[in-house]
Amino acid sequence: MNLFLDAFAWLADPANWVGSGSIPQRLAEHLRYTGLAVLVASLIAVPLGWWIGHTGRGRELVVGLTGAARALPSFGLLFLFVMVAGVLQREPASVVVLMLLAVPPILAGAYAGFEVIDRRIIDAARAMGMTEWQILWKVEVPLGLPLLFGGLRSGVLQVVATAVLISYIGLGGLGYDIVQGIELRRFDQMLGSAILIIALALLLDAAFALLERWAVPRGVRAGRLPEPRTAPTGRRATAESPATTEREEKN
Amino acid sequence: MTWVLNNLGLILELTLEHIRLSILPIVLGFLIAIPLGWVAYRYRLTRGLILTLVGLLYTIPSLALFVILPPLLGIGFLSEANVIIALTIYAVAIMARSVADALASVDPDVRQAATAVGYSSWGRFWGVDFPLAGPVLLAGLRVVAVSTVSLLTVGIVVGVQSLGYLFTNGYERGILASVLTGVVMTVLVALLFDRVLVLLGRLLMPWTRTRTAPLAKGAAA
Repeated sequence: MNLFLDAFAWLADPANWVGSGSIPQRLAEHLRYTGLAVLVASLIAVPLGWWIGHTGRGRELVVGLTGAARALPSFGLLFLFVMVAGVLQREPASVVVLMLLAVPPILAGAYAGFEVIDRRIIDAARAMGMTEWQILWKVEVPLGLPLLFGGLRSGVLQVVATAVLISYIGLGGLGYDIVQGIELRRFDQMLGSAILIIALALLLDAAFALLERWAVPRGVRAGRLPEPRTAPTGRRATAESPATTEREEKN
Repeated sequence: MTWVLNNLGLILELTLEHIRLSILPIVLGFLIAIPLGWVAYRYRLTRGLILTLVGLLYTIPSLALFVILPPLLGIGFLSEANVIIALTIYAVAIMARSVADALASVDPDVRQAATAVGYSSWGRFWGVDFPLAGPVLLAGLRVVAVSTVSLLTVGIVVGVQSLGYLFTNGYERGILASVLTGVVMTVLVALLFDRVLVLLGRLLMPWTRTRTAPLAKGAAA
């Protein structure tokens, strides 16, 4: 357990909190790579997923893509992209890889969010005279939001985990201290940054779990009960509703 | 291509090593997940507890886990056991949820019928529930296998030999063919495990052969 004391001492050392290569700077780098990758991935995957969910066209694409993405070793892809793009372009190349990793779970979340909506609700909306555009924004998007956040959650976690590895190709981020610590056999530094990374992953996961819960529309929370007579309370219906997503990507 | 031809021996050796190191976490993960998944399926209280716990474990990035396990368990930093235990943890994390879902997928009427004809609860679990949960279990196991094979490559950072060696070594020496070969071989090993599991499923669950295959896939979601 002594090693852990050393690790916490390293974390608490004020010298590691200021200047270049300090913990806040590494954290900022890590969050920047993650945020950028997830943002670009969302810009591609969310409209595409919604389109597939709304029209029902191209479902095989989602299934195939999520399956194939699981088999691809992201660690290897990172090296592959950086080598093809050239070392000078390693930063954009890494962000592209991180983005590619985030696309399948976000796409699946956006699509599945629409897919699980009771068709009768859509039919009712259409019967009331809503245009397709109104159905999309007023019915499908709000109802699909929890699952979309679920997809974003797996995407973000995947990217945060893989962003640890980009320090191996000479970029920053929280993984830098681990990779450097391994090379220099500095256990306090290695362990300290590992603890930091785990804390970051857990925090982000918790934040998205809250978002998923918050995104369930109030009407659904109160009203969507499969069997009104037997279902106990609205709160329980929330826990059982689409908030549970597939989380099968991992790094 | 010349690089591949000149290094066939190395590629083969690393592929076999990769296969060898992947098997144990997959098997161990499956075995450990059965009782865990059962407890999660059986009681509402433990369900939330176990599924939350495995969810949290699954959240930990692999490199961080490889670093934090050795001092926690008192094993060597560069030892194979480190990576095997870490991958087993991830396998359990995926599989425990799968087992719980699989057991829940068994028709309650069948379960009651089994009890009615005199199965003990132990006998019913292995004779009725477990085989009937098979297709969903298989779907979960396929995910575990593919993800284990892919994750093992990261082990090279803490010095455990696998196809990941082709990534780091190829990158350091600027050999694109090496990195590309590594990616292709990792995908091939993952596909190999997937095929073997599907065949095993057909062999052990002959009743699923007549039905359409996508059934198991859909049930996993």
